[in-house]
Amino acid sequence: MKILVCAKQVPDTSGKVAVNDDGTLNRASMPVITNPDDLNAVEAALKLKDAYGCRVIVVTMGPAAAESMLRELLAMGADEAYLISDRAFGGSDTFATSQVLAAGLHHIGIDPDDIVICGRQAIDGDTAQVGPQIAEKLDLPQITYAGELTVEGRTVRVQRMLEDGYMTIETDTPCLVTCVKELNEPRYMSIRGILRCFDKPVTVLTYEDLKDEPLIDASTIGLKGSPTNIAKSFTPPLKGAGVMLTGVDDSAVVADLTDRLSAKHIL
Amino acid sequence: MKQNDFMNTDIQAFHGVWVYCEQRQGRLMSTDLELVSEGRKLADELHTELCGVLLGDGVDGLVNELGGYGADRVYVCDSPLLRDYVTEAHAKVICDLVAAYRPEVVLFGATNIGRDLAPRVAARLGTGLCADCTHLDVDVGTYVEFLRENSTLDEKGIGEDKLREKFGHDLKMTRPAFGGHLMATIVCPRFRPAMATVRPGVMQKAPFDEAKAAAVVTEHPAFELAETDLHTRVLEVVKSTRQIVDLLGADVVVSVGGGIGSDVERGIALGQELADVLGGVLGGSRVAIDSGWLSADHQVGQTGKTVHPKLYIALGISGAIQHKAGMQDSDCIIAVNKNPQAPIFEVADYGVTGDLFKIVPLMIDSFRAAKKTL
Ligand SMILES: Cc1cc2nc3c(=O)[nH]c(=O)nc-3n(C[C@H](O)[C@H](O)[C@H](O)COP(=O)(O)OP(=O)(O)OC[C@H]3O[C@@H](n4cnc5c(N)ncnc54)[C@H](O)[C@@H]3O)c2cc1C
Ligand SMILES: Nc1ncnc2c1ncn2[C@@H]1O[C@H](COP(=O)(O)O)[C@@H](O)[C@H]1O
Repeated sequence: MKILVCAKQVPDTSGKVAVNDDGTLNRASMPVITNPDDLNAVEAALKLKDAYGCRVIVVTMGPAAAESMLRELLAMGADEAYLISDRAFGGSDTFATSQVLAAGLHHIGIDPDDIVICGRQAIDGDTAQVGPQIAEKLDLPQITYAGELTVEGRTVRVQRMLEDGYMTIETDTPCLVTCVKELNEPRYMSIRGILRCFDKPVTVLTYEDLKDEPLIDASTIGLKGSPTNIAKSFTPPLKGAGVMLTGVDDSAVVADLTDRLSAKHIL
Repeated sequence: MKQNDFMNTDIQAFHGVWVYCEQRQGRLMSTDLELVSEGRKLADELHTELCGVLLGDGVDGLVNELGGYGADRVYVCDSPLLRDYVTEAHAKVICDLVAAYRPEVVLFGATNIGRDLAPRVAARLGTGLCADCTHLDVDVGTYVEFLRENSTLDEKGIGEDKLREKFGHDLKMTRPAFGGHLMATIVCPRFRPAMATVRPGVMQKAPFDEAKAAAVVTEHPAFELAETDLHTRVLEVVKSTRQIVDLLGADVVVSVGGGIGSDVERGIALGQELADVLGGVLGGSRVAIDSGWLSADHQVGQTGKTVHPKLYIALGISGAIQHKAGMQDSDCIIAVNKNPQAPIFEVADYGVTGDLFKIVPLMIDSFRAAKKTL
């Protein structure tokens, strides 16, 4: 059994975000992090490794710089990593991304007792689409929004979170699971892990390596192969600043607020 | 591995706007009604029909309600295999129907289920999918109006002529990206159907129309689905026993944030009492949820809910962009924060600088008194 984890390096959107004049994101100005949900995916895989001794392989598609993320995930305890990287894959939307990732996973090989784990969503786009789209391309059953995960033999049982409760769902390996942050608390890299992460294999897969994969077709990868395009990107205007209420003391301020709300029939 | 053989590049061959109507335990979701209302607008812009697609077990009784909010026709697929949501069952039926009827637009609610189903369907059909949309247009004129009001673009940046020429007939799907720092309008020009998931609580529900409800056409299309198509088994469906907070439907939302940290219990009690005085509900920022002060269904913001109540009151909330993303379209916003520089004041209609533990009790008394005199 092996666990294949798809992880993505993303710009940290929690801090200040710089936007270029043309409305695109100034990525160079932003620090990068491992997508938060993907850390939960790696943790879920490592828990299975702790329990069953299976191999954990992390896979990412991205620029060469994403290797730093892979090393960190190896330092957490993953055994092997793949970096799928090529100009030809740039500009992919979720459909094209999942096409390439699915081809990469197929190239690595998915055995009958393997599980693919993804994060629920990546914070740059927040789409949550890549996991299910990989599952479709590889013809695997999918269980998304996993809040609890147990594996017994080839049976995978998941608590799938819903807005108003949850469902308990069971399927058989091979399958794909996407996880939410409630699933676990990701571990930190250990000192030993950091020392060893540079001895673990990181394999780069380029277009040349994947071009014979049935899913790799010039018309379904990269910017050209993406079914969706960005027609416009823009920044929302700041709402016209309202009034800051001032007064001799808090009571006067609140009385002023009450008057204004009453006048507008909000109260 | 699957190859796609659905021919979907002949754009002219696709007609009609579809809404996937999600039901849980035989009841429609509120997103269905929002989507049907929005879908009606799009169908009118495209001069075409609006159809609901309803999968379940014995769900004919829900059709009229969908009609009342704008559906011309509802395709109902009934089977015990469709009762509880199973990805493979719903994906197969939807894909087969799309291949047979060729709609040009298919909308899903961006619920946990919609976001499970739509990508699977889009990948199988080999078409594009835009996630979590907050605004949809076909008509270029209305889209340009939308940009004028909701973007910092000038007329040149908007480029109406070019939009008309390049994307005149395409569905223009607008959504926040990068945590709400940017908005992007996505199109799917080469393939059909154009597909989108739509954020719950964002689209306005139309008024219910009795005549339309009576006129809606129910259709039971043939479909094939066997036990062997399903590779996942639903063992149980558990409804949360807690009362789910109805943030989306509330006229007044009072939210608390990190600012209640020095006395959480009192902070929540004050927020709740203020909400009660105004007939509203209590919400919170991510800090309030992550700290365990309130349960996850209270969260307002990018990863929480998008609300647009008549009145939104932010107590001790800094106003991070991810929080604003979920509340800045409220009709009236009041912010109480002890830091006059807090970004929440950038979107507040009325800002009060001060300690919420002192201000809120005064607000409760003052609002209560004002209500009594009415
Ligand atoms: C991918 C992503 C998604 C996110 N999604 C969301 C989301 O959906 N919703 C969300 O809310 N956040 C979200 N966040 C988090 C967001 O960035 C902020 O961290 C969060 O909104 C901060 O919450 P806060 O303002 O309540 O707390 P804080 O940042 O701790 O701010 C507390 C505020 O209270 C004020 N204050 C303190 N004491 C008092 C007092 N006694 N009286 C009055 N004022 C006081 C302070 O001046 C301060 O402004 C997300 C972040 C990321 C990275
Ligand atoms: N470029 C990528 N490389 C590896 N995994 C990815 C990539 N993009 C998305 N994923 C995986 O798909 C999940 C959902 O991403 P998204 O659909 O972009 O929100 C992420 O949490 C990752 O597990």
